[in-house]
Amino acid sequence: MYLTNQYARYKQYKGAIPIDILISNSSGKPIYEQICGQIKTQIMDGSLTAGEALPSMRALAKELHLSVITVQRAYEDLTRDGFIETVSGKGSFVAAQNQEFIREERLREAEGLLQRAAELGRSHGIPLEKLTGILALFYEEGD
Amino acid sequence: MENSILVRDLTKRFPGFTLDCVSFRVPKGRIVGFIGENGAGKSTTIRLILNELKRDGGAVELLGRDPADPAARAEVGVVFDVCNFPEVFTPRDVERVLSGVYPAWDGQAYRGYLKRFALPEKKRVKTLSKGMKMKLAISAALAHKPKLLILDEATAGLDPVVRDEILDLLLDFIQDEEHSVFFSSHITSDIQKIADYVVLIHQGQIVFDEEKDVLLDRYGILRCPKGAEVEPGDYIVRRETGVSAEYLVRDRAEAGRKYPKAVADAASLEDIMLFYIKGEASCGE
Repeated sequence: MYLTNQYARYKQYKGAIPIDILISNSSGKPIYEQICGQIKTQIMDGSLTAGEALPSMRALAKELHLSVITVQRAYEDLTRDGFIETVSGKGSFVAAQNQEFIREERLREAEGLLQRAAELGRSHGIPLEKLTGILALFYEEGD
Repeated sequence: MENSILVRDLTKRFPGFTLDCVSFRVPKGRIVGFIGENGAGKSTTIRLILNELKRDGGAVELLGRDPADPAARAEVGVVFDVCNFPEVFTPRDVERVLSGVYPAWDGQAYRGYLKRFALPEKKRVKTLSKGMKMKLAISAALAHKPKLLILDEATAGLDPVVRDEILDLLLDFIQDEEHSVFFSSHITSDIQKIADYVVLIHQGQIVFDEEKDVLLDRYGILRCPKGAEVEPGDYIVRRETGVSAEYLVRDRAEAGRKYPKAVADAASLEDIMLFYIKGEASCGE
C-alpha cells in the first residue's frame, strides 16, 4: 500500500481556518513530520497568521483518515517549536511569531540543503571552491 | 477510567486451542486494531470480553465494570462479520425490536444513519447486499449510543468504497474523546489507515501491542545477500528467500547505518504480520 501515492487534502473545517495538507504515503517521511512541516511552511509564508484557530486534532485526523495519535504528535511538535499554542478546552492557535525565530528556522533549512550539496560534492570530487562559486552566483542572481 | 477495555492474562482452553494469558488495553478516545490470521484467537478474545464465553483465567474490565454487568454491556455496540438480523426483517423492524431492548435507543440517530448510507427502511434484510447489511448492523450498533464500538471482522468481504465509508464512520464516532473502537480484521490496510494502536495475536498469544506510528515509521525490513549475516540482537524475525535473507528490524534507520550493504525498507502492517507469523524469531526474543 505504501507503494502507491495517496494524497489527502484538508480544507476548511467549520469555524477553523482553511489549511492545506497533502500527505504522501510513499515519501518515506513520517506522516506526523509531513503535517508538522506543511503547517510550519504555511505559518512562515504568512498564509496562517497569529491567533488563527487550527482544526481540532480529532477533526483533522478524521479529514485526513489518520490516527489521532499521528496528528497529536504533529501538534505537539508544533507547540514545542513555538509555532502554535494549545489552550485546553479551546483548541490550538497559531502563535504570535517572532521574526528572529522564523529566521532561525529558515537558516536551519538552508543548512540542511547546503549539507546535502557538500556531501554530493565530496563524494563526487567537486571542489569546494566550485560549490561556493555556484552558491554565490545563485545568491546574487536573485538580486 | 482510562481504558475502555482492559484485559489481563485472559485464558481460555478449548480442545486443540488455548488462548494463553492475553493482555492488552483499549485506551479511551482511541482506535485499536486487532490483527491476526484466521483462527489466531481474535473472535474468542472478543467473545470473552463480551462475556459470551466463560473464561478459564485472567480478568476483563469493560468500561470500568465487570463484563457480566448488563450496564457495561448496554454501553457497547458490537458488529460481527455476519448480519444477525432475521432475513424477513426490514430496517424498520430492526428498530422496533432494538428500541425495546436498549433504553438509550435514539431513533432519530438511527434513521439519520439509514439515510446517510442510503438504506431503504422498508426493504427486507434478505434483499440487501452484503455491504448494505453491514451498514445496517453498524447503524443499529451506533443507535443505542454506545461508548465503545467492537467490530469483529466487520469489513471482511466488503468492497473498498464501503470499507472507506465505514472507516469514515468510525472516525466520526471517536470525535467524542470518551468513545473508543476495538476493531478486529485481517485486512491490515484498514487498520493501517486509522488505528492508533495495533495488537497482533498469533496461535492464541499476543505477539505485540504497539503504537501504529512506531510500527510504520521505525520498523523496517532489512534485505541482505545470503551469507552476510546480521547479528541476532539486531533483528526481531528472519526470513529466507531464494536469493536473499530478510530481517524484520525495530529501527530501520539504525539498521541501515549499521549494515550499509543491505537495503532497509519501510514495512507495511501486512509485512510485519507475515514476518511474525512465517519467520523464525531471533534468539534474542
